[in-house]
Amino acid sequence: MRPVTEELHDIWAFLAESPLLGLTATLAAFLLAQAIWRRLGRSPLAHPVLIAMALLIAFLLISGIDYDTYFEGAQFVHFLLGPATVALAVPLYDQLPRIRELLLPVTVAVVLGSLAAALSAVWVGAALGASRETLLSLAPKSVTSPIAMGITERLGGLPSLTAGLVLITGALGCLMAPLVFRLLRIRDHAAQGFALGLAAHGFGTAQAFGLSAAAGAFAGLGLGLAGLVTAVLVPLLLPWLPVPG
Amino acid sequence: MLHGLTLLLGFQLIGEVIARLLDLPLPGPVIGLALLFAGLITLGRVPEGLRTASEGLLRYLALLFVPAGVGIMVHYQRLGSDALAIAAALVASTAIALAVTGAVFQWRRLQPRARRERDETGD
Repeated sequence: MRPVTEELHDIWAFLAESPLLGLTATLAAFLLAQAIWRRLGRSPLAHPVLIAMALLIAFLLISGIDYDTYFEGAQFVHFLLGPATVALAVPLYDQLPRIRELLLPVTVAVVLGSLAAALSAVWVGAALGASRETLLSLAPKSVTSPIAMGITERLGGLPSLTAGLVLITGALGCLMAPLVFRLLRIRDHAAQGFALGLAAHGFGTAQAFGLSAAAGAFAGLGLGLAGLVTAVLVPLLLPWLPVPG
Repeated sequence: MLHGLTLLLGFQLIGEVIARLLDLPLPGPVIGLALLFAGLITLGRVPEGLRTASEGLLRYLALLFVPAGVGIMVHYQRLGSDALAIAAALVASTAIALAVTGAVFQWRRLQPRARRERDETGD
């Protein structure tokens, strides 16, 4: 009869290579992260995505499973980002009456705001000597992750680096927004919400819903339009950006 | 639900085909988003199945970022060498984006009123 440890070793060898482990670990880590986030008072710094990432990275480093093996399982979750991006058309359509009502402020703010977000990130990064891949991954970081990762992929950056930068941007935006709004005397809830959605995507949208329903609706609008505008403008502006060749 | 999911995947597929056919720099799903948005405007309503599928996916949107986010572990060396540049770029550009968007939106929205109370333009 074989010793139990050897049997366990065989089972582990099977699991470590099987997509089942990566997929289950992803879902379990996310559920655990959501529970921790609620316990910590729903702080943007303890966002479930950030905690789930930390838990999974710790798990992979300890177990010695490499990222590619993990991704064989996790790709089933990752794949849904594509249809989820398309699905953003539905909440955007729900905002159509508001878009028509405030077409001018919305259009001017979304173009200038999206350009300011992308250009300032690339310029500051370039001035401090960041590499080409880092700069290309920084450009779309204000936009919601599925769109940002799509843009980075088209630009030739690193989508997984963008995913991390997008999440940090969301948390930073929520932390800095009250200060920026006070300094610039931005008191209009529609303007605050729109800025939060544009600069800090889903994180900012969640925070805007805490201000008022109107702020939340404009945040959703800012998130969706910033994604579209950034996806169109950033690749077109690429030749003029200070990105080393 | 199944109709809605098929519709979402179908629009993504059309988006991917158009992106490659016309060699556009846009991600396929973003083209799918724009086409579906245009389709909904033309139709004038959101079909029930599409709403169910969309809301189901978007409710768990945060979960969908996790697999790619974990990939940041592959880039830890880059994060080390570019850490200062990345941190400065994120903080500066997020503050600038919030300021520009909020100020421009409020300014354009309050413009008619601002002629009466010119000190509140927020510019």
